[in-house]
Amino acid sequence: MDFIAIFSIFVLACFVGYFVVWSVTPALHTPLMSVTNAISSVIIVGALIAAAAAGSASSKWLGLAAVVMASINIFGGFAVTARMLAMYKKKER
Amino acid sequence: MEFQSILAAAAGGHGAVNPWAAIAYLVSGVFFILALRGLSSPASSQRGNRFGMIGMTIAVVTTLLTHVPRLDGGALDNIALIEILAAIGIGAVIGIVMARRIAMTAMPQLVAAFHSLVGLAAVAVAAAAYLNPQAFGIADATGQIFTVSRIEMGLGIAIGAITFSGSVIAFLKLNGNMSGAPIMLPGRHVINLGTLAAIIGLVAYFTFDQSPWVFWTVTALSFLIGFLLIIPIGGADMPVVVSMLNSYSGWAAAAMGFTLGNTAMIITGALVGSSGAILSYIMCRAMNRSFISVIAGGFGGDDAAAGAGGAKEQRPWKPGSADDAAFLMSQAENVIIVPGYGMAVAQAQHALREMADLLKKEGVNVKYAIHPVAGRMPGHMNVLLAEANVPYDEVFELEDINGEFAQCDVAFVIGANDVTNPSAKTDKSSPIYGMPVLDVEKAKTVLFVKRSMGGVGYAGVDNDVFYMDQTMMLLGDAKKMADDIVKALNGSGH
Repeated sequence: MDFIAIFSIFVLACFVGYFVVWSVTPALHTPLMSVTNAISSVIIVGALIAAAAAGSASSKWLGLAAVVMASINIFGGFAVTARMLAMYKKKER
Repeated sequence: MEFQSILAAAAGGHGAVNPWAAIAYLVSGVFFILALRGLSSPASSQRGNRFGMIGMTIAVVTTLLTHVPRLDGGALDNIALIEILAAIGIGAVIGIVMARRIAMTAMPQLVAAFHSLVGLAAVAVAAAAYLNPQAFGIADATGQIFTVSRIEMGLGIAIGAITFSGSVIAFLKLNGNMSGAPIMLPGRHVINLGTLAAIIGLVAYFTFDQSPWVFWTVTALSFLIGFLLIIPIGGADMPVVVSMLNSYSGWAAAAMGFTLGNTAMIITGALVGSSGAILSYIMCRAMNRSFISVIAGGFGGDDAAAGAGGAKEQRPWKPGSADDAAFLMSQAENVIIVPGYGMAVAQAQHALREMADLLKKEGVNVKYAIHPVAGRMPGHMNVLLAEANVPYDEVFELEDINGEFAQCDVAFVIGANDVTNPSAKTDKSSPIYGMPVLDVEKAKTVLFVKRSMGGVGYAGVDNDVFYMDQTMMLLGDAKKMADDIVKALNGSGH
């Protein structure tokens, strides 16, 4: 993909991020941090490419190590967010 | 995406981009947007979290299908697949165990620890891409990495390394392995700016010369600067630091997304990057401090700065007991509870909720007032109160509740200090001047739970609220005090 196309996606996504994040209620700022942490581990895509590629053993091992680290984040991040969100309850009436 | 490459791929040619994969990554990015969108209210938040999981699954499965090597028959190479699935499995077990076990009060540390992992993973991916650029499609046949990719890779490894070492320091400070007091190196601004300039210069030089020494020096210097940047920042400024590192972890993912031309990574990186930046901004605004002054550091050890304004003349103040507090609050019509970091340290949230339940039984109207920087990360108090089963519609943000203190009978301050200090509104010489504060002094009675009269808040400023006629100081551990009030409430009346 050429640089300009991908840069356009990036700039537009920054704007989307700006508006979406301002609409997050302050009460959920901690879950916001843990869920953004989980999704930023989409870097696992790069780790998987490295881990699956032939040609360099050190690159492959770095990739596998990154897969482990990113997975800790993905599973841990989503799980802890789910745990927190389950605690937010409305008043019983 | 380039139209020609779509055609090439669709025609079964050798186009680098598989259009179905590209669309799958885009869908995954959209799910991540929906995940954050869900957090606009607690009611939709759990669905949002599930959207996030779906997005991640799509991204991972797509990558596995397109990149795991295939055998002659077209089936996936099992050995490569098993290695990868094993790595994911190890991470999953560690992650889920951590997420289950962690105490809610330790959430800031956990988030810092997770940030450090994203940073380190970004470093590992960038290093892997450097060592095997052809696998990532970022080099020509002779192994020369494309110029644009070199910049992206350089930025990716630098931001990743800063995120890692910065988060490790933030973790150590939040977890208490390292003192929360700022550590000031002599000439640190010169050292930091010099290191930063060296990193930028080397990344620029990397576009001419892809020798290993350039790449690894950038990596080493970035680890160093992450460490140097965070050590002078005090414990109380950690909400800004944690948000900032959150932002960096996003930019690191975005930089690697550029390297790989992957839309899921770029969209996510931009979302996370802006999310962290907005949270840092909210935190700075809530302290009326500029981002630069927070990052420059030196402000706010835990209670280290007591000398600054604390040792002034002794002023009279009124002590009170748990029984007094119980009596006053049970007679009140409206009570507003103001929790702070001290509540988290003492783990007093459950006892506090029990106290509020008893008061509600007596017909008292109880609300909670949260200052944006109460605690060690954005939203920290809200999570702790939610954990203690406080309904979220009883919990209010500063601007929504501040007008109500004038009509309330009792303001019950537990573990907060600076965020209630009226001198922030009047005293221009005060270090916290201009910081928005909760107007507790307008309440008919203020009950102030505090460990002792000696310590002052992190800003090292005395709080006039302590010495007002309508204030009663309840000295002691926050949890013990709340428990004692519960006992007193149970004893009286019934």
